[in-house]
Amino acid sequence: MNPLSFDASAVPSVRRAYASEIRLALLQLWRTPAFAIPTLLFPLAFYGLFGLLLPAPEAGAEVARYLLASYGAFGVIGPALFGFGVGMAMERQMGWLALKQVSPLPMGAYFAGKLAGALVFGLAVVVGLGLMAAGFGGVVLAPGQWLLLAGVLVLGSLPFCAMGLWVATLVDARAAVAVVNLIYLPMSVLSGLWFPIHFFPEAMQALALLLPAYHLGELALGVVGARQPDVASSVVVLAAYGLLFLALAARANAGRAD
Amino acid sequence: MSLPTDDPARPEVLARLDRVRHRYADTLALDDVSLALHPGEVLALLGPNGAGKSTLLGLLCGRLRPQEGRVELCGGDPREARSRQSLGVMLQQASLPEMLRVGELLEGQAAAYASPRSTAGTLALAGLSELAARPYGSLSGGQQRRVQFALALVGRPRLVFVDEPTTGLDADARRAFWGVLRGLRAEGVAMILTTHYIEEADALADRVVVLHRGRILAEGTPMELKARTSRSGPQGLEDAVLDLIREAA
Repeated sequence: MNPLSFDASAVPSVRRAYASEIRLALLQLWRTPAFAIPTLLFPLAFYGLFGLLLPAPEAGAEVARYLLASYGAFGVIGPALFGFGVGMAMERQMGWLALKQVSPLPMGAYFAGKLAGALVFGLAVVVGLGLMAAGFGGVVLAPGQWLLLAGVLVLGSLPFCAMGLWVATLVDARAAVAVVNLIYLPMSVLSGLWFPIHFFPEAMQALALLLPAYHLGELALGVVGARQPDVASSVVVLAAYGLLFLALAARANAGRAD
Repeated sequence: MSLPTDDPARPEVLARLDRVRHRYADTLALDDVSLALHPGEVLALLGPNGAGKSTLLGLLCGRLRPQEGRVELCGGDPREARSRQSLGVMLQQASLPEMLRVGELLEGQAAAYASPRSTAGTLALAGLSELAARPYGSLSGGQQRRVQFALALVGRPRLVFVDEPTTGLDADARRAFWGVLRGLRAEGVAMILTTHYIEEADALADRVVVLHRGRILAEGTPMELKARTSRSGPQGLEDAVLDLIREAA
Protein backbone atom coordinates (compact mmCIF):
# COMPACT_ATOMS: atom_id res chain seq x y z
CA MET A 1 0.00 0.00 0.00
CA ASN A 2 1.14 3.51 -0.74
CA PRO A 3 2.32 4.87 2.59
CA LEU A 4 0.03 7.86 2.18
CA SER A 5 -2.98 6.15 0.69
CA PHE A 6 -6.14 6.41 2.70
CA ASP A 7 -8.60 3.60 3.14
CA ALA A 8 -11.96 5.33 3.48
CA SER A 9 -13.69 2.10 4.41
CA ALA A 10 -11.47 1.43 7.43
CA VAL A 11 -13.21 1.79 10.76
CA PRO A 12 -11.33 2.94 13.84
CA SER A 13 -11.24 0.57 16.79
CA VAL A 14 -13.10 2.23 19.65
CA ARG A 15 -11.72 -0.34 22.08
CA ARG A 16 -8.15 0.43 21.00
CA ALA A 17 -8.75 4.17 21.41
CA TYR A 18 -10.13 3.71 24.94
CA ALA A 19 -7.37 1.28 25.95
CA SER A 20 -4.69 3.61 24.64
CA GLU A 21 -6.09 6.67 26.43
CA ILE A 22 -6.35 4.74 29.71
CA ARG A 23 -2.76 3.53 29.38
CA LEU A 24 -1.44 7.01 28.59
CA ALA A 25 -3.41 8.58 31.43
CA LEU A 26 -2.06 6.08 33.96
CA LEU A 27 1.52 6.46 32.69
CA GLN A 28 1.19 10.21 32.82
CA LEU A 29 -0.07 10.24 36.42
CA TRP A 30 2.44 7.63 37.60
CA ARG A 31 5.32 9.66 36.16
CA THR A 32 4.11 12.95 37.63
CA PRO A 33 5.60 13.10 41.12
CA ALA A 34 3.60 16.22 42.00
CA PHE A 35 0.46 14.11 41.59
CA ALA A 36 1.51 10.59 42.50
CA ILE A 37 3.43 11.32 45.71
CA PRO A 38 0.85 13.44 47.55
CA THR A 39 -2.17 11.45 46.41
CA LEU A 40 -0.62 8.11 47.37
CA LEU A 41 1.49 9.00 50.36
CA PHE A 42 -0.38 11.73 52.24
CA PRO A 43 -3.39 9.59 53.21
CA LEU A 44 -1.07 6.75 54.23
CA ALA A 45 1.17 9.07 56.24
CA PHE A 46 -1.79 10.71 58.00
CA TYR A 47 -3.30 7.32 58.72
CA GLY A 48 -0.01 6.05 60.09
CA LEU A 49 0.27 9.05 62.38
CA PHE A 50 -3.33 9.58 63.55
CA GLY A 51 -4.65 6.05 63.12
CA LEU A 52 -1.73 3.93 64.26
CA LEU A 53 0.92 5.86 66.20
CA LEU A 54 -0.95 8.46 68.27
CA PRO A 55 -4.06 6.66 69.60
CA ALA A 56 -3.94 5.22 73.13
CA PRO A 57 -3.28 1.45 73.07
CA GLU A 58 -6.70 0.55 74.55
CA ALA A 59 -8.53 2.44 71.78
CA GLY A 60 -6.05 1.51 69.05
CA ALA A 61 -8.00 -1.03 66.99
CA GLU A 62 -11.21 0.97 67.17
CA VAL A 63 -9.54 4.19 66.06
CA ALA A 64 -7.63 2.33 63.35
CA ARG A 65 -10.87 0.85 62.04
CA TYR A 66 -12.70 4.20 62.10
CA LEU A 67 -9.89 6.09 60.40
CA LEU A 68 -9.40 3.32 57.84
CA ALA A 69 -12.85 4.20 56.53
CA SER A 70 -12.65 7.98 56.92
CA TYR A 71 -9.09 8.34 55.57
CA GLY A 72 -10.10 5.92 52.85
CA ALA A 73 -12.76 8.44 51.80
CA PHE A 74 -10.21 11.26 52.10
CA GLY A 75 -7.73 9.23 50.06
CA VAL A 76 -10.02 8.50 47.11
CA ILE A 77 -11.33 12.05 46.87
CA GLY A 78 -7.79 13.41 46.26
CA PRO A 79 -7.07 11.62 42.96
CA ALA A 80 -10.62 12.35 41.80
CA LEU A 81 -10.36 16.10 42.40
CA PHE A 82 -6.74 16.57 41.40
CA GLY A 83 -6.73 14.08 38.51
CA PHE A 84 -9.77 15.60 36.89
CA GLY A 85 -9.73 19.18 38.12
CA VAL A 86 -6.06 20.03 37.93
CA GLY A 87 -5.08 17.46 35.29
CA MET A 88 -7.70 18.49 32.80
CA ALA A 89 -7.26 22.22 33.39
CA MET A 90 -3.53 21.81 32.74
CA GLU A 91 -4.12 19.82 29.58
CA ARG A 92 -6.55 22.41 28.30
CA GLN A 93 -4.07 25.20 28.99
CA MET A 94 -1.24 23.28 27.29
CA GLY A 95 -3.28 22.74 24.14
CA TRP A 96 -3.12 18.96 24.61
CA LEU A 97 -6.88 18.77 25.06
CA ALA A 98 -7.35 20.84 21.88
CA LEU A 99 -5.18 18.36 19.99
CA LYS A 100 -7.38 15.54 21.24
CA GLN A 101 -10.49 17.46 20.21
CA VAL A 102 -9.32 17.97 16.63
CA SER A 103 -8.29 14.34 16.28
CA PRO A 104 -10.93 11.68 15.62
CA LEU A 105 -10.54 10.37 19.16
CA PRO A 106 -13.93 9.79 20.81
CA MET A 107 -13.93 12.25 23.70
CA GLY A 108 -15.34 9.47 25.84
CA ALA A 109 -11.95 7.79 25.56
CA TYR A 110 -10.23 10.87 26.94
CA PHE A 111 -12.60 10.97 29.90
CA ALA A 112 -12.22 7.22 30.39
CA GLY A 113 -8.48 7.78 30.76
CA LYS A 114 -9.01 10.50 33.32
CA LEU A 115 -11.54 8.35 35.16
CA ALA A 116 -9.25 5.33 35.16
CA GLY A 117 -6.45 7.44 36.62
CA ALA A 118 -8.65 8.64 39.47
CA LEU A 119 -10.07 5.21 40.22
CA VAL A 120 -6.80 3.29 40.02
CA PHE A 121 -4.96 5.76 42.24
CA GLY A 122 -7.94 5.77 44.61
CA LEU A 123 -7.85 1.98 44.76
CA ALA A 124 -4.11 2.04 45.42
CA VAL A 125 -4.72 4.34 48.41
CA VAL A 126 -7.41 2.01 49.76
CA VAL A 127 -5.16 -1.03 49.36
CA GLY A 128 -2.30 0.77 51.09
CA LEU A 129 -4.52 1.85 53.97
CA GLY A 130 -5.93 -1.68 54.23
CA LEU A 131 -2.48 -3.22 54.45
CA MET A 132 -1.46 -0.76 57.16
CA ALA A 133 -4.71 -1.25 59.07
CA ALA A 134 -4.52 -5.03 58.95
CA GLY A 135 -0.75 -5.25 59.46
CA PHE A 136 -0.19 -2.64 62.16
CA GLY A 137 -3.59 -1.52 63.44
CA GLY A 138 -5.11 -4.83 64.38
CA VAL A 139 -8.10 -4.20 62.12
CA VAL A 140 -9.90 -7.41 61.28
CA LEU A 141 -12.58 -7.40 58.58
CA ALA A 142 -14.22 -10.25 56.73
CA PRO A 143 -13.03 -10.68 53.12
CA GLY A 144 -16.42 -9.46 51.90
CA GLN A 145 -16.09 -6.32 54.02
CA TRP A 146 -12.67 -5.54 52.55
CA LEU A 147 -14.05 -5.89 49.04
CA LEU A 148 -17.15 -3.88 49.85
CA LEU A 149 -15.06 -1.14 51.46
CA ALA A 150 -12.85 -0.91 48.38
CA GLY A 151 -15.88 -0.90 46.09
CA VAL A 152 -17.78 1.74 48.08
CA LEU A 153 -14.78 4.03 48.31
CA VAL A 154 -13.69 3.72 44.69
CA LEU A 155 -17.18 4.04 43.23
CA GLY A 156 -18.00 6.71 45.78
CA SER A 157 -15.23 8.85 44.32
CA LEU A 158 -17.20 9.29 41.08
CA PRO A 159 -19.13 12.39 42.22
CA PHE A 160 -15.79 13.97 43.12
CA CYS A 161 -14.51 13.21 39.62
CA ALA A 162 -17.52 15.16 38.36
CA MET A 163 -16.71 17.96 40.81
CA GLY A 164 -13.13 18.05 39.48
CA LEU A 165 -14.43 18.10 35.93
CA TRP A 166 -16.55 21.12 36.75
CA VAL A 167 -13.58 22.94 38.28
CA ALA A 168 -11.53 22.16 35.17
CA THR A 169 -14.15 23.74 32.92
CA LEU A 170 -14.23 26.92 34.99
CA VAL A 171 -10.65 27.95 35.65
CA ASP A 172 -7.13 27.69 34.27
CA ALA A 173 -4.50 25.31 35.59
CA ARG A 174 -2.98 27.53 38.26
CA ALA A 175 -6.36 28.54 39.61
CA ALA A 176 -7.50 24.91 39.50
CA VAL A 177 -4.73 23.91 41.94
CA ALA A 178 -5.84 26.64 44.34
CA VAL A 179 -9.54 25.90 43.95
CA VAL A 180 -9.11 22.16 44.45
CA ASN A 181 -6.97 22.74 47.53
CA LEU A 182 -9.58 25.14 48.87
CA ILE A 183 -12.25 22.49 48.40
CA TYR A 184 -10.39 19.31 49.32
CA LEU A 185 -9.02 19.82 52.79
CA PRO A 186 -11.79 22.01 54.27
CA MET A 187 -14.49 19.74 52.85
CA SER A 188 -12.72 16.67 54.23
CA VAL A 189 -12.34 18.14 57.70
CA LEU A 190 -15.89 19.54 57.81
CA SER A 191 -17.24 16.19 56.63
CA GLY A 192 -15.71 14.35 59.56
CA LEU A 193 -13.06 12.51 57.59
CA TRP A 194 -10.32 13.68 59.98
CA PHE A 195 -12.30 13.84 63.23
CA PRO A 196 -15.84 12.62 63.94
CA ILE A 197 -18.27 15.51 63.47
CA HIS A 198 -19.64 15.21 67.02
CA PHE A 199 -16.51 17.13 68.08
CA PHE A 200 -17.82 20.10 66.07
CA PRO A 201 -20.38 22.77 67.06
CA GLU A 202 -23.93 21.97 66.05
CA ALA A 203 -23.97 24.40 63.13
CA MET A 204 -20.91 22.70 61.65
CA GLN A 205 -22.48 19.30 62.18
CA ALA A 206 -25.52 20.47 60.24
CA LEU A 207 -23.24 21.76 57.49
CA ALA A 208 -21.51 18.38 57.27
CA LEU A 209 -24.78 16.71 56.35
CA LEU A 210 -24.88 18.80 53.18
CA LEU A 211 -21.43 17.79 51.99
CA PRO A 212 -20.87 14.84 49.64
CA ALA A 213 -17.68 13.81 51.43
CA TYR A 214 -19.64 13.31 54.65
CA HIS A 215 -21.94 10.84 52.90
CA LEU A 216 -19.05 8.92 51.36
CA GLY A 217 -17.47 8.74 54.82
CA GLU A 218 -20.73 7.52 56.32
CA LEU A 219 -21.04 4.72 53.75
CA ALA A 220 -17.45 3.61 54.37
CA LEU A 221 -17.89 3.79 58.14
CA GLY A 222 -20.98 1.65 57.74
CA VAL A 223 -18.99 -1.02 55.91
CA VAL A 224 -16.40 -1.30 58.72
CA GLY A 225 -19.14 -1.36 61.37
CA ALA A 226 -18.32 2.01 62.91
CA ARG A 227 -21.71 3.52 61.98
CA GLN A 228 -25.19 2.50 60.97
CA PRO A 229 -25.74 5.00 58.19
CA ASP A 230 -28.87 5.63 56.15
CA VAL A 231 -27.34 4.00 53.10
CA ALA A 232 -30.08 4.97 50.66
CA SER A 233 -29.96 8.65 51.64
CA SER A 234 -26.20 8.81 51.35
CA VAL A 235 -26.25 7.09 47.96
CA VAL A 236 -28.94 9.48 46.71
CA VAL A 237 -27.01 12.51 47.95
CA LEU A 238 -23.81 11.32 46.27
CA ALA A 239 -25.61 10.52 43.01
CA ALA A 240 -27.35 13.89 43.07
CA TYR A 241 -24.05 15.70 43.58
CA GLY A 242 -22.49 13.69 40.77
CA LEU A 243 -25.28 14.59 38.35
CA LEU A 244 -25.28 18.22 39.45
CA PHE A 245 -21.54 18.62 38.83
CA LEU A 246 -21.78 16.84 35.48
CA ALA A 247 -24.58 19.18 34.43
CA LEU A 248 -22.62 22.23 35.59
CA ALA A 249 -19.53 21.02 33.73
CA ALA A 250 -21.51 20.39 30.55
CA ARG A 251 -23.04 23.84 30.75
CA ALA A 252 -19.71 25.55 31.38
CA ASN A 253 -18.12 23.59 28.54
CA ALA A 254 -20.89 24.53 26.12
CA GLY A 255 -20.41 28.19 26.97
CA ARG A 256 -16.67 27.85 26.43
CA ALA A 257 -17.04 26.11 23.05
CA ASP A 258 -19.25 28.84 21.59
CA MET B 1 -25.48 25.54 -6.94
CA SER B 2 -21.95 26.03 -8.19
CA LEU B 3 -19.77 27.68 -5.63
CA PRO B 4 -17.21 30.28 -6.61
CA THR B 5 -14.46 28.07 -5.21
CA ASP B 6 -15.48 24.96 -7.17
CA ASP B 7 -12.94 23.82 -9.72
CA PRO B 8 -14.47 21.64 -12.45
CA ALA B 9 -11.08 20.14 -13.21
CA ARG B 10 -10.77 18.90 -9.61
CA PRO B 11 -14.17 17.80 -8.43
CA GLU B 12 -13.07 16.33 -5.12
CA VAL B 13 -13.02 18.87 -2.31
CA LEU B 14 -11.42 17.91 1.01
CA ALA B 15 -12.32 21.04 2.92
CA ARG B 16 -14.80 23.73 2.14
CA LEU B 17 -16.15 26.91 3.68
CA ASP B 18 -19.22 28.31 2.01
CA ARG B 19 -20.23 31.90 2.87
CA VAL B 20 -19.16 31.55 6.47
CA ARG B 21 -19.61 34.28 9.04
CA HIS B 22 -18.39 33.98 12.59
CA ARG B 23 -18.51 36.56 15.31
CA TYR B 24 -17.09 36.89 18.83
CA ALA B 25 -19.22 39.38 20.75
CA ASP B 26 -18.82 42.63 18.77
CA THR B 27 -15.97 41.40 16.58
CA LEU B 28 -16.67 39.88 13.20
CA ALA B 29 -13.90 37.28 12.92
CA LEU B 30 -14.94 35.88 9.53
CA ASP B 31 -17.20 37.68 7.09
CA ASP B 32 -18.67 35.83 4.12
CA VAL B 33 -15.64 33.61 3.57
CA SER B 34 -15.73 30.85 0.95
CA LEU B 35 -12.88 28.61 -0.05
CA ALA B 36 -12.21 25.03 -1.05
CA LEU B 37 -9.18 22.78 -0.82
CA HIS B 38 -8.49 19.95 -3.25
CA PRO B 39 -6.31 16.84 -2.89
CA GLY B 40 -2.60 17.52 -3.19
CA GLU B 41 -3.04 21.27 -2.88
CA VAL B 42 -1.07 23.45 -0.47
CA LEU B 43 -2.96 26.54 0.57
CA ALA B 44 -1.17 29.20 2.57
CA LEU B 45 -3.35 31.31 4.79
CA LEU B 46 -1.72 34.69 5.39
CA GLY B 47 -2.76 37.79 7.23
CA PRO B 48 -1.96 39.92 10.24
CA ASN B 49 -2.87 38.86 13.77
CA GLY B 50 -6.61 38.98 14.22
CA ALA B 51 -7.28 38.50 10.51
CA GLY B 52 -9.39 35.40 11.17
CA LYS B 53 -6.90 32.60 10.42
CA SER B 54 -7.36 30.80 13.74
CA THR B 55 -11.13 31.07 13.50
CA LEU B 56 -11.05 29.62 10.02
CA LEU B 57 -8.91 26.68 11.15
CA GLY B 58 -11.05 26.25 14.27
CA LEU B 59 -14.13 25.90 12.07
CA LEU B 60 -12.47 23.48 9.68
CA CYS B 61 -11.22 21.17 12.40
CA GLY B 62 -14.50 21.18 14.28
CA ARG B 63 -13.57 23.20 17.34
CA LEU B 64 -16.03 25.94 16.42
CA ARG B 65 -19.57 25.76 15.11
CA PRO B 66 -20.26 28.10 12.18
CA GLN B 67 -22.80 30.74 13.06
CA GLU B 68 -23.67 31.34 9.40
CA GLY B 69 -22.74 29.42 6.29
CA ARG B 70 -21.56 25.86 5.80
CA VAL B 71 -18.30 24.10 6.64
CA GLU B 72 -17.38 20.69 5.28
CA LEU B 73 -14.47 18.42 5.97
CA CYS B 74 -14.07 15.39 3.69
CA GLY B 75 -17.73 15.63 2.79
CA GLY B 76 -18.97 15.71 6.37
CA ASP B 77 -19.38 17.92 9.38
CA PRO B 78 -15.97 18.60 10.95
CA ARG B 79 -17.58 18.38 14.38
CA GLU B 80 -18.12 14.67 13.80
CA ALA B 81 -15.14 12.48 14.67
CA ARG B 82 -15.48 10.37 11.51
CA SER B 83 -14.96 13.46 9.33
CA ARG B 84 -11.68 14.03 11.12
CA GLN B 85 -10.37 10.54 10.29
CA SER B 86 -8.68 12.10 7.24
CA LEU B 87 -7.31 15.09 9.11
CA GLY B 88 -4.01 15.72 10.84
CA VAL B 89 -3.46 18.93 12.78
CA MET B 90 -0.35 20.65 14.07
CA LEU B 91 -1.44 23.47 16.33
CA GLN B 92 0.65 26.57 16.90
CA GLN B 93 0.27 26.59 20.64
CA ALA B 94 0.25 23.07 21.95
CA SER B 95 2.61 21.34 24.28
CA LEU B 96 2.42 17.68 25.07
CA PRO B 97 2.75 15.89 28.41
CA GLU B 98 6.41 16.13 29.29
CA MET B 99 6.71 12.78 30.97
CA LEU B 100 5.37 10.72 28.08
CA ARG B 101 7.89 9.30 25.63
CA VAL B 102 7.82 10.24 21.96
CA GLY B 103 6.88 6.71 20.90
CA GLU B 104 4.08 6.57 23.46
CA LEU B 105 2.65 9.86 22.25
CA LEU B 106 2.61 8.62 18.68
CA GLU B 107 1.05 5.29 19.63
CA GLY B 108 -1.64 7.14 21.57
CA GLN B 109 -2.44 9.42 18.66
CA ALA B 110 -2.43 6.52 16.19
CA ALA B 111 -5.02 4.67 18.27
CA ALA B 112 -7.67 7.23 17.27
CA TYR B 113 -7.30 6.48 13.55
CA ALA B 114 -8.64 3.65 11.44
CA SER B 115 -5.51 2.98 9.38
CA PRO B 116 -2.60 4.83 10.92
CA ARG B 117 1.02 4.69 9.86
CA SER B 118 3.41 2.62 11.92
CA THR B 119 5.09 4.45 14.77
CA ALA B 120 8.52 3.65 13.31
CA GLY B 121 7.49 4.92 9.88
CA THR B 122 6.15 8.16 11.29
CA LEU B 123 9.23 8.69 13.41
CA ALA B 124 11.39 8.20 10.33
CA LEU B 125 9.25 10.58 8.26
CA ALA B 126 9.60 13.32 10.89
CA GLY B 127 13.30 12.61 11.48
CA LEU B 128 12.70 11.43 15.02
CA SER B 129 13.81 7.79 14.88
CA GLU B 130 16.55 8.32 17.46
CA LEU B 131 14.19 10.02 19.91
CA ALA B 132 11.42 7.43 20.27
CA ALA B 133 12.32 6.53 23.84
CA ARG B 134 12.97 10.09 25.00
CA PRO B 135 10.45 11.86 27.24
CA TYR B 136 8.88 14.78 25.40
CA GLY B 137 9.99 17.18 28.13
CA SER B 138 13.65 16.34 27.54
CA LEU B 139 13.57 17.46 23.89
CA SER B 140 14.68 20.80 22.46
CA GLY B 141 12.05 23.23 21.17
CA GLY B 142 12.73 22.24 17.56
CA GLN B 143 12.49 18.54 18.37
CA GLN B 144 9.22 19.13 20.18
CA ARG B 145 7.79 20.85 17.09
CA ARG B 146 8.82 17.82 15.02
CA VAL B 147 7.01 15.53 17.45
CA GLN B 148 3.89 17.67 17.08
CA PHE B 149 4.27 17.41 13.32
CA ALA B 150 4.64 13.63 13.61
CA LEU B 151 1.38 13.51 15.58
CA ALA B 152 -0.32 15.29 12.68
CA LEU B 153 0.95 12.65 10.25
CA VAL B 154 0.56 9.42 12.18
CA GLY B 155 -3.11 8.99 11.23
CA ARG B 156 -2.19 8.83 7.51
CA PRO B 157 -4.24 11.99 6.81
CA ARG B 158 -5.39 13.21 3.41
CA LEU B 159 -5.50 16.72 4.75
CA VAL B 160 -3.09 18.39 7.17
CA PHE B 161 -3.43 21.74 8.93
CA VAL B 162 -0.08 23.13 9.99
CA ASP B 163 -0.21 26.30 12.06
CA GLU B 164 3.11 28.18 12.19
CA PRO B 165 4.98 24.89 11.78
CA THR B 166 8.53 26.17 11.61
CA THR B 167 8.46 28.74 14.41
CA GLY B 168 11.49 28.01 16.57
CA LEU B 169 13.26 25.88 13.95
CA ASP B 170 16.70 26.82 12.65
CA ALA B 171 17.25 27.33 8.92
CA ASP B 172 18.40 23.77 8.26
CA ALA B 173 15.52 22.25 10.15
CA ARG B 174 13.09 24.54 8.34
CA ARG B 175 14.41 23.42 4.94
CA ALA B 176 14.18 19.78 6.02
CA PHE B 177 10.61 20.39 7.13
CA TRP B 178 9.76 21.94 3.77
CA GLY B 179 11.14 18.81 2.11
CA VAL B 180 8.77 16.63 4.12
CA LEU B 181 5.80 18.85 3.25
CA ARG B 182 6.70 18.70 -0.45
CA GLY B 183 6.93 14.92 -0.21
CA LEU B 184 3.46 14.78 1.34
CA ARG B 185 2.03 17.02 -1.36
CA ALA B 186 3.56 14.79 -4.03
CA GLU B 187 1.70 11.89 -2.45
CA GLY B 188 -1.61 13.74 -2.76
CA VAL B 189 -1.91 15.13 0.77
CA ALA B 190 -3.55 18.55 0.89
CA MET B 191 -2.37 21.15 3.37
CA ILE B 192 -3.44 24.40 4.89
CA LEU B 193 -0.43 26.29 6.12
CA THR B 194 -0.50 29.38 8.25
CA THR B 195 2.80 31.11 8.71
CA HIS B 196 4.36 34.43 9.47
CA TYR B 197 7.37 33.45 7.32
CA ILE B 198 6.03 34.59 3.98
CA GLU B 199 9.00 33.07 2.15
CA GLU B 200 7.74 29.76 3.50
CA ALA B 201 4.38 30.32 1.84
CA ASP B 202 6.16 31.38 -1.34
CA ALA B 203 8.26 28.22 -1.31
CA LEU B 204 5.47 25.77 -0.56
CA ALA B 205 2.04 27.06 -1.50
CA ASP B 206 0.12 26.40 -4.69
CA ARG B 207 -2.39 29.02 -3.64
CA VAL B 208 -2.29 31.88 -1.17
CA VAL B 209 -5.29 33.35 0.60
CA VAL B 210 -4.75 36.70 2.29
CA LEU B 211 -7.20 37.35 5.11
CA HIS B 212 -7.74 40.80 6.52
CA ARG B 213 -10.34 41.74 9.13
CA GLY B 214 -12.19 38.51 8.54
CA ARG B 215 -12.51 38.83 4.77
CA ILE B 216 -10.57 37.30 1.92
CA LEU B 217 -8.55 40.22 0.62
CA ALA B 218 -6.82 38.36 -2.18
CA GLU B 219 -6.45 34.84 -3.45
CA GLY B 220 -4.19 33.33 -6.08
CA THR B 221 -0.91 31.65 -6.76
CA PRO B 222 2.17 33.32 -5.28
CA MET B 223 3.04 34.51 -8.80
CA GLU B 224 -0.38 36.04 -9.30
CA LEU B 225 -0.23 37.92 -6.01
CA LYS B 226 3.26 39.21 -6.75
CA ALA B 227 2.02 40.49 -10.10
CA ARG B 228 -0.74 42.50 -8.39
CA THR B 229 1.55 44.79 -6.48
CA SER B 230 1.71 48.36 -7.70
CA ARG B 231 5.42 48.67 -6.96
CA SER B 232 7.80 48.74 -9.88
CA GLY B 233 10.47 46.10 -10.38
CA PRO B 234 10.52 42.49 -9.18
CA GLN B 235 8.72 42.02 -5.87
CA GLY B 236 8.64 39.23 -3.36
CA LEU B 237 5.47 37.73 -1.99
CA GLU B 238 6.02 39.54 1.32
CA ASP B 239 5.99 42.95 -0.41
CA ALA B 240 2.90 42.00 -2.35
CA VAL B 241 1.02 40.84 0.74
CA LEU B 242 2.04 43.90 2.76
CA ASP B 243 0.95 46.20 -0.09
CA LEU B 244 -2.42 44.48 -0.28
CA ILE B 245 -2.97 44.83 3.44
CA ARG B 246 -1.84 48.44 3.49
CA GLU B 247 -4.16 49.32 0.65
CA ALA B 248 -7.06 47.68 2.42
CA ALA B 249 -6.36 49.32 5.76
